[in-house]
Amino acid sequence: MKTILPHNALSLEKSRPGRRGVRFEQAEKHASAYLPEAYLRKSVPKLPELSEFETVRHFTRLSELNYCLDGEFYPLGSCTMKYNPKAYDVLSALPGFANVHPLAPESAVQGTLEALYGLQELLKKVTGLAAFTLQPAAGAHGELTGILTARAYHDARKDFKRTEVIVPDTAHGTNPATAHMAGYTVVNIKSAPDGRVDKEALQQALSDKTAVVMLTVPNTVGLFETDIREIADRVHKAGALFYLDGANFNALAGLVKPADMGADLMHLNVHKSFAAPHGGGGPGAGPVGAAAHVAPFLPKPMVELKNGKYTLSGKMPKSLGKMKAFFGNIAVCLRGYCYLRQFDGQTFRQIAENAVLNANYVRAALKDKFNAFFDCICMHECVLSINPAEMNGVHTSDIAKRLLDYGFYAPTIYFPLIVPEAMMVEPTETESKQMMDAFVDAMEQIYTEIQTEPQTVKDAPHSQCVCRIDEVSAAREPNLRW
Amino acid sequence: MFIPHTQEDRQEMLDKIGVSSVKELLSQIPQDLLYPALDLPRALSEQELTAHMQALAARNKPLKNFIGAGIYEHFIPAAVNALSSRGEFLTAYTPYQAEASQGTLQTIYEFQSCMCALTDMDVATASHYDGATALAEAALACLRLTNRTEILISAALHPHYKEVLQTYVRHQPGVCVKEAPLGADGTLDLEALSQRLSDKTACFVLATPNFFGCLEQAEEVSSRVHQAGALLTAVVNPIALGVMQTPGSYNADFAVAEGQPLGNAMNFGGPGLGIMTAKKAYMRQLPGRIVGIAKDKNGRRAFVLTLQAREQHIRRERASSNICSNEALCALNAVIYLTLLGPAGLAEVAELNLERAHQLAERVGKLPGFRVKYAAPFFNEFVLECPVPAKKIIQKLEKKGLSAGYALGKDFKGMENCLLVCATETKTTEDLQAYAEALGGIK
Repeated sequence: MKTILPHNALSLEKSRPGRRGVRFEQAEKHASAYLPEAYLRKSVPKLPELSEFETVRHFTRLSELNYCLDGEFYPLGSCTMKYNPKAYDVLSALPGFANVHPLAPESAVQGTLEALYGLQELLKKVTGLAAFTLQPAAGAHGELTGILTARAYHDARKDFKRTEVIVPDTAHGTNPATAHMAGYTVVNIKSAPDGRVDKEALQQALSDKTAVVMLTVPNTVGLFETDIREIADRVHKAGALFYLDGANFNALAGLVKPADMGADLMHLNVHKSFAAPHGGGGPGAGPVGAAAHVAPFLPKPMVELKNGKYTLSGKMPKSLGKMKAFFGNIAVCLRGYCYLRQFDGQTFRQIAENAVLNANYVRAALKDKFNAFFDCICMHECVLSINPAEMNGVHTSDIAKRLLDYGFYAPTIYFPLIVPEAMMVEPTETESKQMMDAFVDAMEQIYTEIQTEPQTVKDAPHSQCVCRIDEVSAAREPNLRW
Repeated sequence: MFIPHTQEDRQEMLDKIGVSSVKELLSQIPQDLLYPALDLPRALSEQELTAHMQALAARNKPLKNFIGAGIYEHFIPAAVNALSSRGEFLTAYTPYQAEASQGTLQTIYEFQSCMCALTDMDVATASHYDGATALAEAALACLRLTNRTEILISAALHPHYKEVLQTYVRHQPGVCVKEAPLGADGTLDLEALSQRLSDKTACFVLATPNFFGCLEQAEEVSSRVHQAGALLTAVVNPIALGVMQTPGSYNADFAVAEGQPLGNAMNFGGPGLGIMTAKKAYMRQLPGRIVGIAKDKNGRRAFVLTLQAREQHIRRERASSNICSNEALCALNAVIYLTLLGPAGLAEVAELNLERAHQLAERVGKLPGFRVKYAAPFFNEFVLECPVPAKKIIQKLEKKGLSAGYALGKDFKGMENCLLVCATETKTTEDLQAYAEALGGIK
């Protein structure tokens, strides 16, 4: 259990006029020697003034207020909070990589380009897809890249009647938001009672207006779409493209190739499925792969190997254009490259199998007390659900907060939307049996508390630097800055 | 090892689940799809991987860098990475459970505050992928806010920003992007700007410094844009704001920037740090995460993700953006950097940039056959017109260990002899001299 930490002041509240953390050499002349008066700043910005030591204390103290994967079990479903080897942090930040300008002559950046080319090739091998762009900066950015690639594909065929993207109701919110951003109308389809795609509903929604069908595999309730190839066939028969959301690819790498499932487009999350820490909310990287017929429409440029030299100057006349300035979140991509070089096919298989084994272990251990919403073998995550009426009025959010008191981060809650009071638990492949046993113990103790002292659960957390937060008040009168 | 289970662990787990093998757990996968051949290279040990990556890093040539063009080399104090690489920051997720994420949440609040202070704007978001996508998202917000259909941009907007903007708005019904041309001094032709503004213009995208390094007459631009009933989105350089007039001071509606210069390494251009600030009136149209202050049930100050009704996980296809993960760790680097520098340090580093770039311009502008192309004021980069194609200069200087600048001919017709040159505080007087000498022999 974490100890209670005292309230932490803002850096500005600790600030004293005239204090400094870093000094640069003095310029010979003031800015007014170089710029006309009208171009100069008129007021001093309200930035904190701290010494270096105070700055170190301030941010160290703040860091201690966080739960993090290095410290705590972090079973956030769909977020794949698995261990990322420390070597990748060090190797991706080698000065030879970190201090390289993106517009430096290509002859001076062959090392970086070779690694990126290597990553493109390895992603192709793992997925069976024909080409990969490394440009997208995150999963949602990858989705947008994929959907815009599909749009460029249809437009090139002058197939302008396709205005709809089909998304199942279990999808992450980013799927419909992405389709809308790409200028498409979103068609939501209900899932079947077993949590998988309702093929009838899909068939009814498909038409010559369908541009893309977006599907997450395994889906967000942790199930593999058993009829995936039939689904892909129907999508293709309707003239639409089949987009796979790779948010949960850690459970597939080595077990199944997306190309074999009929995927035309797919994004991967380097930061979840492979090997980059999440950084409190990014940076990630969301490479997008495409089958051969769609590949020419991916963003430009891609790394190519020509006459023994790596280059970004290849022509891609059908490309949709650029998704971000420069070439992608390179430091994150380098971590992905490290990961794919450190394991072979056999190990990837084991990694995926362990993601599945761990999720099923937790499901089996908890399902008697917390209802497994889909009571069957799952893939990399399991969805638990409670009925507050049978739980002394305790809600999922209360259990999540109480878990913090036991030294565990909470599962993803209230998602997927089709499961009431959902708790989505993803232990990931790197957790030990002992850690999962401790988590199961904590959940069982909370279950007992719900029967004997429910108020303790409803008032949780009791161990953090703040108690339960009133989030509604923050939105009513927003205070977003000092 | 990456997978912790012993054979015994595995067996106990299988027993608990009630299956006899792991393969049984995979029965929902069609068996003909299962276990494809992967053909991956031999797995490297950590030691082998380290040697391999070191060899790749060594294949990059360490040239002395005089390129800016959107990514800038600045000194990063050691405390920045020492703090941001703490596992407590590095390995946390997006702060969904606020009570156990107060550290990350407070740093984002402080980041937002620093961005507002830098730009003199009212509100800031938690971050975007980079400056270009922040601009594209700001432009989308302007289209929504004005119900107009035209985005007018400076011809001297970064070429990558132009392309990304096009990618993002191309499929919005009826929307088009138009350019306002430059005058002879490298800044906007104000009369031409006025002519192109109309009651269709949703926003004007002003870049200052612009891609050629020139500073614009922002106040004059702003009043013309607002007269047309359009919104002003400023693209700025955060280090320059240590000494330069702020977007808030010239009444910008949105200000966006690439935040990489604030404590983040160049990393071959990514990750970047998209900064977006705006007037308070547009708060509920902003894309992406925002942190605010709330109270816990004992009345104590606490930080939370707020205004989430704008976001994809709540609003789905009606969200203001699809953005989910952003660049939190880069924003952390930025706020640590600014906390170390304070207002005085930021002004100091900005003045050093001004001085080094002007010293370099003076040296190379005097060389026979070379001239500084534009007369407009500039910050830390400028266009050097050369007697030979800029590409040739880059090749020649590379042999002397220098990265001479960015050749503008690729993106701007008729500028084949123009080189965009940058000198930040990282370039010493000796470096400037070496650069001028290397250019000196070229005719």
